[in-house]
Amino acid sequence: MIRHATIEKNSILLLVLILIVVSIGGIVQIAPLFYLESTIEKVEGMRPYTPLELAGRNIYVREGCYNCHSQMIRSLRDEVERYGPYSLAAESMYDHPFQWGSKRTGPDLARVGGRYSDEWHAEHMSAPRALVPESVMPGYPFLAETALDTTQIADDLRANRAVGVPYTDAMIGAALADARAQADPEADGAEDLQARYPKSQVRDFDGNPAMISELDALIAYLQMLGTLVDFDVYKPEENQR
Amino acid sequence: MAEMNDHGGHTVMRYPVGVALAGGALLGIFFMARGANTAMVLHGFLFLAFCVGGIFLLIRQAYAAPTDAAGTTYNDAVTRVGVIISMFWGVVGFLAGLVIALQLAFPELNFDLPWTNFGRLRPLHTSAVIFAFGGNVLITTSFHVVQRTCRARLAGEIAPWFVLWGYNLFIVIAATGYLLGVTQSKEYAEPEWYADVWLTLVWVVYLLVFLATLWRRREPHIYVANWFYLAFIVTVAMLHIINNLAVPVSWTGTKSYTLFAGVQDALIQWWYGHNAVGFFLTAGFLGIMYYFVPKQAQRPVYSYRLSIIHFWSLIFLYIWAGPHHLHYTALPQWAQTLGMTFSIMLWMPSWGGMINGLMTLSGAWDKLRTDPVLRMLVVSVAFYGMSTFEGPVMSIRAVNSLSHYTDWTIGHVHSGALGWVAFVSFGALYALTPILWRRQRLYSLQLVSVHFWIASIGIVLYITAMWVSGILQGLMWRAYDSLGFLEYSFVETVAAMHPFYVIRAAGGALFVVGALVMAYNLWRTVRGDLRSEALPAAQPSPAVAPAE
Repeated sequence: MIRHATIEKNSILLLVLILIVVSIGGIVQIAPLFYLESTIEKVEGMRPYTPLELAGRNIYVREGCYNCHSQMIRSLRDEVERYGPYSLAAESMYDHPFQWGSKRTGPDLARVGGRYSDEWHAEHMSAPRALVPESVMPGYPFLAETALDTTQIADDLRANRAVGVPYTDAMIGAALADARAQADPEADGAEDLQARYPKSQVRDFDGNPAMISELDALIAYLQMLGTLVDFDVYKPEENQR
Repeated sequence: MAEMNDHGGHTVMRYPVGVALAGGALLGIFFMARGANTAMVLHGFLFLAFCVGGIFLLIRQAYAAPTDAAGTTYNDAVTRVGVIISMFWGVVGFLAGLVIALQLAFPELNFDLPWTNFGRLRPLHTSAVIFAFGGNVLITTSFHVVQRTCRARLAGEIAPWFVLWGYNLFIVIAATGYLLGVTQSKEYAEPEWYADVWLTLVWVVYLLVFLATLWRRREPHIYVANWFYLAFIVTVAMLHIINNLAVPVSWTGTKSYTLFAGVQDALIQWWYGHNAVGFFLTAGFLGIMYYFVPKQAQRPVYSYRLSIIHFWSLIFLYIWAGPHHLHYTALPQWAQTLGMTFSIMLWMPSWGGMINGLMTLSGAWDKLRTDPVLRMLVVSVAFYGMSTFEGPVMSIRAVNSLSHYTDWTIGHVHSGALGWVAFVSFGALYALTPILWRRQRLYSLQLVSVHFWIASIGIVLYITAMWVSGILQGLMWRAYDSLGFLEYSFVETVAAMHPFYVIRAAGGALFVVGALVMAYNLWRTVRGDLRSEALPAAQPSPAVAPAE
C-alpha cells in the first residue's frame, strides 16, 4: 500500500494524483451531454440567428444584460405561468455562449419576443423608469444614436460556423444584405431573408428609418426570443428529462 | 551556495527573456496599428507598455547589486510588491462593489452611459475582488509560504516577477475591456480570448515557479499548505483552459464565440464557476489557513490525518458540485441530482477543514483576546464553516427552487467572500507586512481591532439584508392569490427590494471603510512607524463580571 508520506515527498506524484482526482467528476457529468438525446435533439422551428439578430445578441452580451436577466424558464408552475413554457435545451443550441443567466434582478427574457411592441422597447431602453417607475434598470439611450457596426457581420457568421452553427455559404455571402433587409421594410431581399431564416421579422425596429442602429439590432433580437418553437405542435413527452 | 548558482543561471535567462519581451513589444505595436476597435488598440498599447517596462526592469536588474545584499536567502522583494498590489486591488474591488450596490438602490447612478452601467461594472467588481484582490493575495502568500515551508529561495529571479506583473497585466486588460464592452459573458470568465491566452502563459510560469521551488526544498515533506496551493494552481489551469475554448472572429478583433453552446456550455461554465469557488476561493485560501493560523497561534496544525482526509475529499468532491447552479433547467435531471448529492457530501470535508483550523487554537484560545490578527483569521474560518453549511442547504433542489435567481445567492456568496476569503486575506496581509518589511510589529493593533469590528458589522448588515430580500422575492414570485392567479407582478417584487438594497449598500460602505483603515495601517507599518498604544498583550484582562 502506498503511504501518504510517499506522496508528500514527491511533487510530481502529488501533481498527477491531484489531476486525476479533479478530473473524474467533470468527465462523468459533462461527457454524456454530447451524446444524450435530450441534450442534442433538434426541435422543429429552431434555426440560426439572422445576421441582425446575432448583432443584437452581441450587444446584449456587450452590455452585460445577463447579469440581471435570465433566459431559462425552469419547470416550475409559477415560472411557466409567468413566462411561458419551460425552456428546452434545443432552444439554446445555437447560443455561443449560452445566456441562461444566474440572477433575476429583472424578469426572465427567454420568451419576451412579441410580448411588448417595438415602440415600448425603444422607449424602455432609452428611459426605463419613464414606462416602469419602479424599475432599477439602467437607461441605454446611446443605443438608438449609435449606428450598428456591420463591417464584420459576415465574419461573425463564419466564426459561428467554425463552432458548429449551420450557416451556409449563401447565408454568409448575404449577411450584410440580410441585416439591411431585416431592418428596412422598403428594401428588397425580405423574401430571400425569409427563405433563409423562417419566422424572421422584418421591420424598422427602432422607428428611425434613417439609420440601422444598435437599438434596431437589439430589439430584433429581443422580439425573436422564444418565438421559434411552436408549443402547440411540440410534444413534451419527447423531451423527458 | 545554491542560491549563487541560481543567480548565475538568471543572467543566462536574461537574454531570451529580453528577446521575448522585445517580440512582445512588436506584437503590442501590431495590435495598436491593426486593432479592429478601440479596446484592441488600447490593449495593444498596454501590452507594449508591459514589455517595455519589463525590458527596463531587466536592464536595471543587470546593473543592480546582487539581490541577496540584505543578507537573506528568501526572495521577499516580489512578495512585498505583491502585498501592496493586493491591498490596492482590495480597495478598488470593494469600492466597485459599493458603487454597483448603490446603483441597484438608486438606478439614476447608472448615468445612462455605456461605461458606467451596471451590466459592465458588475463584472468589474467580481473580477476585481476575486481575481485582482484574491488572485494577488494567493500569488503573494503562495510565494511566501512555499519559500518558508521549503526553507528555499523562490525559484528563478525573473520568473516570479513575470508571474506577478504578467498576472496584473491580465487584470488591467480584463478591467478596461469590461468598461469598453469587451466580454464573453461567461460569469467570472468574462475576459476575451487574447486575455485568456495571456493568462494561460502566466499561469504555466506560475506553476513552474511553484514546482521548481518545491524541488529545492530542504525539508523531506511538502507541507500541507503547499498541497492546497498546488491543487489550486493545477485545477484552475484545467478549468480556465476548457471553459474558455473559443474561436475569435478575427485575430485583430476582441470578439470571439465560445466553442460550446447551450446546455453543454452551461454545464461547462458552472463546472468552471463552482470550482472557481472551490479551487480559487477555497483551496487556495485553505493554503493560507494552513500556514497562517498555526503560525499566528504558534501552535501546530490540530490533526495531520484530518489534513490528509480534508485535502483529498475536498478536491475530489468539489468538482462534482457545479450542476446545482442549474436545477430545474434543461440540464438532465440525473446531472442535477449528482450535483446536489455531491454538494451535500461536500459539507463534511468543508467542516473537517474548519475543525482542523479552529482546533489548531486549542491551548492558545486566550490569544484571541490579545491578538486581533489571529482573531481575524479565526473568524474567517468560522465564516467558512457557516457558508459551507449554507451552500449545501441551498443546493437541495427544493430549497434551490426558492433561492435561485434571487439575492439569497448574492448573500451566500458574500458571507463566503467577505467573511472567509477577505478576512483570511486581511489576516495574512497583516501577518506578512511586519515580516516582509522587517518591522517589530504592525503600526497599530488597535486599528486592526477597529477594522475587524467595522468590517464584521458591515458583513452582518450585508448578508442579513440579502437573506431577507432573497427569500422575500422568491416567495413573492411564487405567491398565488385566492383565485389561483399569480399574486405579484414582477416589478412589484423589484420595488419590495429597495430598503434591503439600501441596507446592503450601507454594509458594503462599512466594509470599504474597514479596508481603508487597513491600508492606512499597513502603509504606516511599511514606513516603519509604531503607534504608541498599550499593547493588548501587556494589558490586564478587561474587568468583566464574574461568570456566575
